Amino acid sequence: MSTQQDLICEQIDNIKMAKVYERPDSLLDVRMHYCPGCGHTTTHKILMEIVDELQIKNEVIGVAPVGCSVLAYDYLDIDMQQAAHGRATAVATGIKAVQPDKYVFTYQGDGDLAAIGTAETIHSANRGENFLIVFINNGIYGMTGGQMAPTTPIGEKTATSPYGRDRATMGAPIDITGLLAQLPGTFYATRQSVHDAKAVRKAKKALTKAFQYQKLNKGLCIVEIVSNCPSGWKLTPYESNQWMIEHMMSLYPPGDVKAPSKEDLQS
Amino acid sequence: MSEVKFMKGNEALAEAAIRAGLDAYFGYPITPQSEILEYLAIHVPKRGGVVLQAESEVAAINMIYGAAGAGARVMTTTSSPGFSLMQEGISYIASAQLPCLLANIVRGGPGLGTIQPSQGDYFQAVKGGGHGDYHLIVLTPSTVQEMADFVYLGFDLADKYLTPVMILTDGALGQGMEKVTFPDYDPAKKKVAKPWATTGKSPNRSKNVITSLYLQPEKMEQINEELQAKYTKIRANEVRWEEYLTEDAEVLFTAFGLGSRIARKTIQLAREKGIKAGLFRPKTVWPFPYQRLKELAQQVDVIMDVELNAGQMIEDVRLAVEGAVPVLFHGRMGGMIPTPEEVLEKLEANLQPAQAGISQQEVAL
Ligand SMILES: Cc1ncc(C[n+]2csc(CCOP(=O)(O)OP(=O)(O)O)c2C)c(N)n1
Ligand code: SF4
Repeated sequence: MSTQQDLICEQIDNIKMAKVYERPDSLLDVRMHYCPGCGHTTTHKILMEIVDELQIKNEVIGVAPVGCSVLAYDYLDIDMQQAAHGRATAVATGIKAVQPDKYVFTYQGDGDLAAIGTAETIHSANRGENFLIVFINNGIYGMTGGQMAPTTPIGEKTATSPYGRDRATMGAPIDITGLLAQLPGTFYATRQSVHDAKAVRKAKKALTKAFQYQKLNKGLCIVEIVSNCPSGWKLTPYESNQWMIEHMMSLYPPGDVKAPSKEDLQS
Repeated sequence: MSEVKFMKGNEALAEAAIRAGLDAYFGYPITPQSEILEYLAIHVPKRGGVVLQAESEVAAINMIYGAAGAGARVMTTTSSPGFSLMQEGISYIASAQLPCLLANIVRGGPGLGTIQPSQGDYFQAVKGGGHGDYHLIVLTPSTVQEMADFVYLGFDLADKYLTPVMILTDGALGQGMEKVTFPDYDPAKKKVAKPWATTGKSPNRSKNVITSLYLQPEKMEQINEELQAKYTKIRANEVRWEEYLTEDAEVLFTAFGLGSRIARKTIQLAREKGIKAGLFRPKTVWPFPYQRLKELAQQVDVIMDVELNAGQMIEDVRLAVEGAVPVLFHGRMGGMIPTPEEVLEKLEANLQPAQAGISQQEVAL
């Protein structure tokens, strides 16, 4: 005698489950230390999806910065080097110099890339280094507890700008991607975000291209991810995304800043 | 086939690096060592390898970190202010246990100082420089020949112990010309496997990570203990020195690099005057040859340390001697080079009170 319940179970068993989502193989199944809602997590995931989809795991070398993503190598199942604060692009230059056929990328926050490492960033671009910079711009120093970054919007209160960022004494937010785009050594410069599904898809496309462009040996790619820092901003994950759209995206609008032309893409 | 050439010390160092199988050089120009980058820029592209002029010494040392971590044989060279800028990176390299060769062609300081030769960076080279408990193996050439020889030795020691090795020399040896013989050296034969290098994770091994970050203090202590165990091994195996006329010496000069050449000349002058002088020259100042110097201190009446600084190695000399005999000192600073005559004069003025057993503090230095 079969009850109604048994019948339903039987029906479910007969349904062929289609897998619509899974953790990329190269993203390790470990607990991450990132705060809930933080853009670092999503960016890690799409990066590793790309590595798997392009099947380049055995050819990728990543460089982790000093910042919240300092332990990225604990989460990504690829060869990685941890660099001193700000020096990721110099380390990547060294790696690429002796491993020119590999895919090399740095993963850096705004303090790492746009403050202490500005010289290394600009000169790597100016030399036209063939690696990718993944630049997480959350407008704050997450790791050290929410201090002002060079990219912090005017008026924004942080631990070191308690009365709000004052342009007269603290300078204006710096647009590193825009700056790099002006250098002939920069091949591709784009600004993306990962705050909703559509944005994630776009960011993934941009990152995929940036990986593929390395094989052309035509210069540096920078993919800026305009991101959030719920903890540093003292907002909930949802509020932080709203705040990001309102205050960060107006300063750092998403989209390509420098895209290669058809001729540029001829290898 | 070995080959004999007449060269500047800087060029000999650069040429030896190419012959030793240099894969990549990263550096930034600074006098008195720019010839190294210039020489490599001419010759490396023709003979294979990478030469990159970095935007700063900070960038150069981090490029070294990256390339060494990716398994390459790498070198950077600089002079004093540049070496100061490299200290953070060197600390990271020592902690991450990456092999590389560094050279500091020292000039007079502190500050921007002078471009004339000096030994003012002994403390920085031997006692740390960067942060944390680490050491560099520090080789101190005294001839152009050794400027070349220590390159091969340095690369091999770096690979053997997975540690940065440094050549500590000065502008006079870098710019001076002497005869140099390049030995037979086949880099392919000296190549060691680097299974830890970041070369892309192949399916048959786990990922390789180059890092110096260990947030758990228990783990960080363990890493430190591993480093210290390595340094103990280096202290036991790699101490190098040279002695000159020490058999019958009553006065023992201690000096390294350029200072030792002045001391040698002083010894000749002293012996002409009937003073039985000899020389103890450390070739490695880290590890320092404490034991042999301690033995020699039992045999001589007095030690005189000669340096191109205010007295830096003398601290290690005194550690070795442990007060057994007085230790006199003569040094010049700021790019001035002591003459053998003035060293002898200082020795003669202080020899009798020193031999009479008056302690070093009482002897006018
Ligand atoms: C030489 C040096 N100076 C300062 C620090 C301290 N520090 C660590 S991370 C950081 C800023 C990180 O901010 P960001 O790069 O924006 O990354 P996020 O944490 O926001 O992801 C600072 C100042 C350091 N580790 N090394
Ligand atoms: S502090 Fe900010 S950037 Fe760091 S993990 Fe938390 S939310 Fe992300």
